[in-house]
Amino acid sequence: MTSHRWFSPSRLAIHATLLLACALYLIPLIVMLLTSFKSPEDIRTGNLLSWPHVITGSGWLTAWDAVGGYFWNSVKITLPAVLISTLLGALNGYVLSMWRFRGSQLFFGLLLFGCFLPFQTVLLPASFTLGKLGLASTTTGLVLIHVVYGLAFTTLFFRNYYCSVPHALVQAARLDGAGFFTIFGRILLPMSVPIIMVCLIWQFTQIWNDFLFGVVFASGDAQPITVALNNLVNTSTGVKQYNVDMAAAMIAGLPTLLVYVVAGKYFLRGLTAGAVKG
Amino acid sequence: MARLELRNVNKRYGSGLPDTLKAIDLAIDSGEFLILVGPSGCGKSTLMNCIAGLEQISGGEILVEGADISAMSPKDRDIAMVFQSYALYPTMSVRDNIAFGLKIRKMPQSAIDEEVARVAKLLQIEHLLARKPSQLSGGQQQRVAMGRALARRPKIYLFDEPLSNLDAKLRVEMRTEIKLMHQRLKTTTVYVTHDQIEAMTLGDKVAVMKDGLIQQFGTPQQIYNDPANLFVASFIGSPPMNFIPARLQRQGGRLMALLDSSQGRCELPLSRDIQGLEAREVVLGIRPEQIVMGGAEGNGLPSIRAQVQVTEPTGPDLLVFVTLNQTKVCCRLAPDVSCCIGDSLALQFDPARVLLFDSASGERLDLAAPACVTQDNVARFTGR
Amino acid sequence: MTTVATRLRRSPLDALQRWLPKLVLAPSMLIILVGFYGYILWTLVLSFTNSSFMPSYKWVGLTQYMKLLENDRWWVASKNLLVFGGLFIGISLLIGVLLAVLLDQRIRREGFIRTVYLYPMALSMIVTGTAWKWLLNPGLGLDKLLRDWGWEGFRFDWLVDPERVVYCLVIAAVWQSSGFVMALFLAGLRGVDPSIIRAAQVDGASLPRIYLRIVLPSLRPVFFSALMILAHIAIKSFDLVAAMTAGGPGYASDLPAMFMYAFTFSRGQMGMGSASAILMLGAILAILVPYLYSELRSKRHD
Repeated sequence: MTSHRWFSPSRLAIHATLLLACALYLIPLIVMLLTSFKSPEDIRTGNLLSWPHVITGSGWLTAWDAVGGYFWNSVKITLPAVLISTLLGALNGYVLSMWRFRGSQLFFGLLLFGCFLPFQTVLLPASFTLGKLGLASTTTGLVLIHVVYGLAFTTLFFRNYYCSVPHALVQAARLDGAGFFTIFGRILLPMSVPIIMVCLIWQFTQIWNDFLFGVVFASGDAQPITVALNNLVNTSTGVKQYNVDMAAAMIAGLPTLLVYVVAGKYFLRGLTAGAVKG
Repeated sequence: MARLELRNVNKRYGSGLPDTLKAIDLAIDSGEFLILVGPSGCGKSTLMNCIAGLEQISGGEILVEGADISAMSPKDRDIAMVFQSYALYPTMSVRDNIAFGLKIRKMPQSAIDEEVARVAKLLQIEHLLARKPSQLSGGQQQRVAMGRALARRPKIYLFDEPLSNLDAKLRVEMRTEIKLMHQRLKTTTVYVTHDQIEAMTLGDKVAVMKDGLIQQFGTPQQIYNDPANLFVASFIGSPPMNFIPARLQRQGGRLMALLDSSQGRCELPLSRDIQGLEAREVVLGIRPEQIVMGGAEGNGLPSIRAQVQVTEPTGPDLLVFVTLNQTKVCCRLAPDVSCCIGDSLALQFDPARVLLFDSASGERLDLAAPACVTQDNVARFTGR
Repeated sequence: MTTVATRLRRSPLDALQRWLPKLVLAPSMLIILVGFYGYILWTLVLSFTNSSFMPSYKWVGLTQYMKLLENDRWWVASKNLLVFGGLFIGISLLIGVLLAVLLDQRIRREGFIRTVYLYPMALSMIVTGTAWKWLLNPGLGLDKLLRDWGWEGFRFDWLVDPERVVYCLVIAAVWQSSGFVMALFLAGLRGVDPSIIRAAQVDGASLPRIYLRIVLPSLRPVFFSALMILAHIAIKSFDLVAAMTAGGPGYASDLPAMFMYAFTFSRGQMGMGSASAILMLGAILAILVPYLYSELRSKRHD
């Protein structure tokens, strides 16, 4: 490697390219932040990266008034859906890796396909079903939907993870007298922290960021924040308040952004291991 | 401790697939050490899993103390197992690893502490009890795995290639320790290995397996001295037994095997006379240490001169390779023998130690005594 | 010798233990069979009916598919998907690979740079679309920025240009997803045996050549994983279009997912919407089946 020559022209070019890319990735976020703190006056007279004359939080306040309630909807949908789908995925993965039976591999194949399913093909029947269950336009209905359609990925995560755990561990525990749930709870779950992190982060981003299910299955008061944000941004009536748009977008994006910055490295470590292995 | 008996055990994974285990019959007495040995894929690990109950048998019976346990779940069989990978619970300390089975069985805490202390002392791992498995060396993990098995005081211990993940030096040390432990505790043990030295040194009884069949079941001495067929003869012993194709002739009423080197010929009189083998192609089995330097004339042993092709001094021995009947033959000579490549050596054989195999089927032609313990086993070996 | 052995029986609790794995999996099996496959079948049935605002089960054969194929908007959406999908996948792969290789050269502060490349992935397509809609705003966005910075004649109005609006979608989607591709490849690169690189260096190969000829070809599986994930994102893309252009101007930036939503839920053409969903499924299957087939086949050889 060229590790000894830190200042060779080629290394300089590499660093320059990487830093330029950093700037390109960061600019949208910077623009969003800047705009959200500008006054409408500043937005009209300045440009994307001009420093505001007055820094004002009024955009954020207006945005919170508009989408704050839906923010809590998203919390109410996301937390239970993430926890339930992760738990189910862990149990499924446990069975599919450690307690295979005739047909379990076929089931896994069917499930794998579910990861790639275009949700458009299930929207209509799912909305009929939710209607029958009386869950149309409720956050509970969205929790159910997210659990069902998140199951494929959570199961895949845990199944792949448990496949790399030596089967002898389960055999040893069986000889020690442990049963199905004891082995799961006492042996496997304690060693699943990395994949639990991956699964929680993945499901959190997926469900928090979901728009399709939100817009189809929830209207009015049960809307998640993504739908509320889209409604806010794409209303054609009145004067466009770009500072409010950006502030609302930041509010919608902050929870997942925060999760990424805080726990992103666990996610990467686990996810890439799983994805590369297939 | 308990007597273990397998009767006609069969294991089949799918209807179209060949049986993984075929009519396995074995019995060991309480306190005996049984070795299951064979190449990978021979079914020895499957058989062990069947005894443990981790896999269901498709036919036959597994008896412990005369009671058939083959339908019971593993936890009720009162069997402990040491795994090749040790299978220590990674998130538990050594203490919890050893205590896990006892806790599940709802043993009172004071009794658990006592038992853990006993086992830890026995295996000299007292100072490791608070550590996690990942903080242990391979040898230490091995001890903990054994400790976990010992703590339950089960009827039968199973070892699944427990030493194969250790380096060579440690493997020899642990082998001796397992033997010492068994001599002290007199536990009924089934031990799977593919290492023939472990098989010879540890076992009271050895079952050599291949393709799901027991090729031979007997004491290590029987297996070594009186192998039932070519496979067993080649599998046990290092350097392996020499197999020399030869033609039989009857001369002066005695059956002779003809040997030929580039430097001479020799007629090896067979110690046992078997009718109907005249002019047959057979395989002579001679262990390298049973070929000696022909020194003083007149000891009555047949002798042949042959040219040394390669020598391999191993330290305790000198391995000398010559060619007999167009086959490379290894002779294990004393290390102080001086011989160089190209030298002509006089070699002698004890006809009483030469084994005779059928070159087509590989079976022994001169089986002296039943090499197997049970009658039906003998029938199976000789009948084919 | 053959004494009759007493056969020890299994307790009823053990029987339960034996059934537990199946019992635990059963609810998920039901969910998958009904919620995935049953519903696909249901949608398939709907696509053969004249359902409009409400589902009806009057069989009309392939009529909805014929209508779909005669619909100009569907063709625009399909063509857009090809352009959008092709560019989005190609550019994301290119940028992802490039950044991963560059980042693999023992860069100081690698962790920080990686986080910067990856954070867009945490944002929803709705947030991404909202942000880029503002950035690309004709009049106040990039347009104005570059003119303020002295590029007098600069015009950037792709967002309202029916011919070019689809490229705006590509820009936003690449920004959102290319970091993820980078992460995939970086992980792949870390898994390459360094002795291969050292051996090639001993053979006198230059570093770019080593990457092009030896390292990257060994990352075929990563490449396919990334391709699958990106193709999946592209075909399902709905939220990005909704937030950024709402399909406009006119329906110039429509994608099949948007089309399906509009016809099924806004225009009361459930039958045709279902038909379009089935065609989307067909597109995914066309990519997925060969991939899964080779994947499962190679697994069986392990």
